[in-house]
Amino acid sequence: MGFSKDQLLSQLQELEIDYSKYEHPPVLTVEEQAKYVSSSEGALSKNLFFKDKKHRYYIISAMVDTKVDIKVLSQRLGLGKGGIRMAPEEALAELLQVSLGCVTPFAVVNESARDVSLLLDQKFKNQTRFIFHPLSNDVSISLSTSGLDKFLQSIGRDPVYVDLEANANPVVGKDQPPDLAVYVPSNSVVVPELPNKTPSAQAPPKNVSAEKTKPVASPKPSKSTGNVKSVVQNSGLSVFKNPDKFVEEILDKTSALLLSEVKGENVEALAETLRKRLTSEFTHLAVMYKNIAYSEGFYAGTQCQPKRQ
Amino acid sequence: MDVDKKDSIASDSSDQVVNPWEVSAKDGGKIDYDKLIDQFGCQRLDASLIDRVQRLTSRQPHVFLRRGVFFAHRDFNEVLDAYERGDKFYLYTGRGPSSEALHLGHLIPFMFTKYLQEAFKVPLVIQLTDDEKCMWKNLSVEESQRLARENAKDIIACGFDVTKTFIFSDFDYVGGAFYKNMVKVAKCVTLNKAMGIFGFSGEDHIGKLSFPPVQACLSVPAVPSFPSSFPHLFPGKDKLRCLIPCAIDQDPYFRMTRDVAPRLGYSKPALIESSFFPALQAKNGKMSASDPNSAIYVTDTAKEIKNKINRYAFSGGQDSIEKHREIGANLEVDIPVKYLSFFLDDDTELEHIKKEYGEGRMLTGEVKKRLTEVLTEMVERHRMARAAVTDEMVDAFMAVRPLPSMFE
Repeated sequence: MGFSKDQLLSQLQELEIDYSKYEHPPVLTVEEQAKYVSSSEGALSKNLFFKDKKHRYYIISAMVDTKVDIKVLSQRLGLGKGGIRMAPEEALAELLQVSLGCVTPFAVVNESARDVSLLLDQKFKNQTRFIFHPLSNDVSISLSTSGLDKFLQSIGRDPVYVDLEANANPVVGKDQPPDLAVYVPSNSVVVPELPNKTPSAQAPPKNVSAEKTKPVASPKPSKSTGNVKSVVQNSGLSVFKNPDKFVEEILDKTSALLLSEVKGENVEALAETLRKRLTSEFTHLAVMYKNIAYSEGFYAGTQCQPKRQ
Repeated sequence: MDVDKKDSIASDSSDQVVNPWEVSAKDGGKIDYDKLIDQFGCQRLDASLIDRVQRLTSRQPHVFLRRGVFFAHRDFNEVLDAYERGDKFYLYTGRGPSSEALHLGHLIPFMFTKYLQEAFKVPLVIQLTDDEKCMWKNLSVEESQRLARENAKDIIACGFDVTKTFIFSDFDYVGGAFYKNMVKVAKCVTLNKAMGIFGFSGEDHIGKLSFPPVQACLSVPAVPSFPSSFPHLFPGKDKLRCLIPCAIDQDPYFRMTRDVAPRLGYSKPALIESSFFPALQAKNGKMSASDPNSAIYVTDTAKEIKNKINRYAFSGGQDSIEKHREIGANLEVDIPVKYLSFFLDDDTELEHIKKEYGEGRMLTGEVKKRLTEVLTEMVERHRMARAAVTDEMVDAFMAVRPLPSMFE
C-alpha cells in the first residue's frame, strides 16, 4: 500500500533532512493552503499531474506564479502540441496513492510511481525553502531544495530541475530536438478507469506494456483469413479505423486548444469533464459515420463494373 | 425462441417458473434469482469478475454489470483466461423478429453486446430467426423476412460496428456449412431430450415434431455458437470460443448446446445472462409486446413516454405526502427506481436518488421526471441512429463477406 505521511516524515528524519511541519484542515487548492501557511515559511508550490497519449505520467512541481503552458510543455517533451493532458483522478489514486489536491513530489516514493517522471521548477533553487504536502493534504511541510534533493537521491531518483518558462515558443525539428524529451519515462503504465479495491493479480510485465501497442504485440491467430493484405497495425491508420481512437484524437485537440486559450485551474477540470461526458456520445456518432461510409463503399462495390481487359 | 405457450409444461403456480416460454414468480411475488442460479446450475457474476473485466478492458464496466442486470454466467471466467493469453472469442446473440415494435427490454441484450464488442474488440454474429417466427407465429415467409430486416435496422441503430458484425437471417443463410452443423447437432439430440426441452408430450400432433421446425428450433441456439458455421468469417478457427449474452430464460437451450458441443469437437459456448426487465406496471414477469402500456417503445414520442411513466409506472411511494415523508418509498417494488438502475449511468446520482426517495425526502413525481428525461434521451438517440440506417446499410451488415478487421 502507499506510503503514509508519517512514514514519509520519519524517513525524512532518518535522513536528517530538516523540515518544518504545519498542520491544518484538509485543503484542496493552493489558495486555501495559503490561508494556513504563510509565505514566510517558504514558497508555496503548485503540483500538477499529467499523462500523455502513451500512458506515461508526469508530475510538474512549480512555483505558484510560474507559467506552466501545457501545450509548450508537450512540445518540449517531444509529444506534439496536444500530447499531454491532466491525468484522471483514478491515476492519482492508483499511481501516486494520494487524494485529490494532494499531488506532491513526495508521491514518487511509492513503488507504483516508479515510472512517473518528476520535473521541478528551476525557480525553486532561488528559494531558501518551499512547501509541499507530505502525501496528505491536511499537513504541509517546508524544506530546502537540498533537503528535497537528498530525499529524492535516497530513493534512487535524480532530482530534475527545469526552466519551465524557457523556450516558450518551441521549434522542434531535426536540428532542434525537443529539449525535455529525455525526461519522458521509458515505461508506460496502464491505469484502469476506476480505482481497484483489490491489488492487481497480474504479473508486472502486463502493467508495463503500453496499452495501445498491445494489438501488435499479441500474435494474430496464424490461421488467419486468406486476406493477403495483412494489417500492420500502424497507429496513424488506427486513428481513422477505430471510432474510440478517432474520438480520443478529437477530444485531445479540443482540450489542448481550450487549455491554451483559457487559463485557470478550473479549466483543466472543465476539460476533463467535457472529455468524460462527450466521449460516449461522440463514439456513437463516429460508429454511425463509419457504418454509413462502409455501406456506401459496399454498395458501390456491388455496382462496380469489372475492369475492361 | 418462443414456443406456443399453450403447450408448455403445466406449472405448479406455487413455485416460480422460468423457461423459454414462460416466466412467472412464486405466488405473484418477485423472481428469486439466487434460487434460479441454483436450479439452473450456472454461476453468479461476482464483483471480482467485474473487476477483472475492468482491468482487461481498461474501461469502466458497463452499467448493466455494475448494477447486476447481467448477473449470471457459464464459463465467463474461462473466456477471460483465454483472452488474457491472447486467445480471442466472438459474440453471438439473436432475435426472433415477431413484431416490428421494439421496446426497451428488447434493446437491453443488444446494448450490452455492443459494449462487449467495443470493450473486448471482438466480432459479433447476430441471428434473426425469421424461419422460426414464420412457423410458430404463423406469419408468411415474406412478412417474417420483412420483419427481420426492420428489426435489423433497430439492432444496427444500437451502434454495432459494420467491420466487426455479421447479421444474418435463417431464410437467407441456412445452407452450406451452417446446415451441416444443424444436422450434426440434430443427430446428437434424442427425441426424449427434445421433448424435455420443448415440453412436448405424446399427445402433441406430429406436425410439431416434424423434422425441419424442430431442427430449426433446436439448432437455433446451437449452430451459431460453432465457428465452423461461418466459414467466411472464421476459416480454420474451429476452436474459437463463443460468448453468448442472453436473458436467463434462454439458459435451457444453451445447456443443450453445451452438452452437444464436445461431442462434435467444438468448444462449449460461454454464457453471460441477464435478469428480466420489469413491465411498467410491475406485475412480476417480463415486458410483453402485446400490452403497449407495459413498455416503452423505441418509437414512442417524448409525450408518450412521459404519459406512460406518469400513469402506468408502478410506484413504491406512499399514498400521501405526509406518510411518504415519514416512511419513505418502498424501493423494492418501485418501478421508476428500478428502471433508473438499468439506464442511469451515473452511480453517484442513482445512490443519491435511492437515499432521498427511500427516506421520504424526494417524491415520486421527481423520480418519474428524472426517469422520463433519461428514457427520452435514450429513445431520441436511438431514433436518430435508426433514421440513419439505410437499406444499403442493412445489406452491408447482412452480406456474407469476410471481416478482416474483426479483432482490431
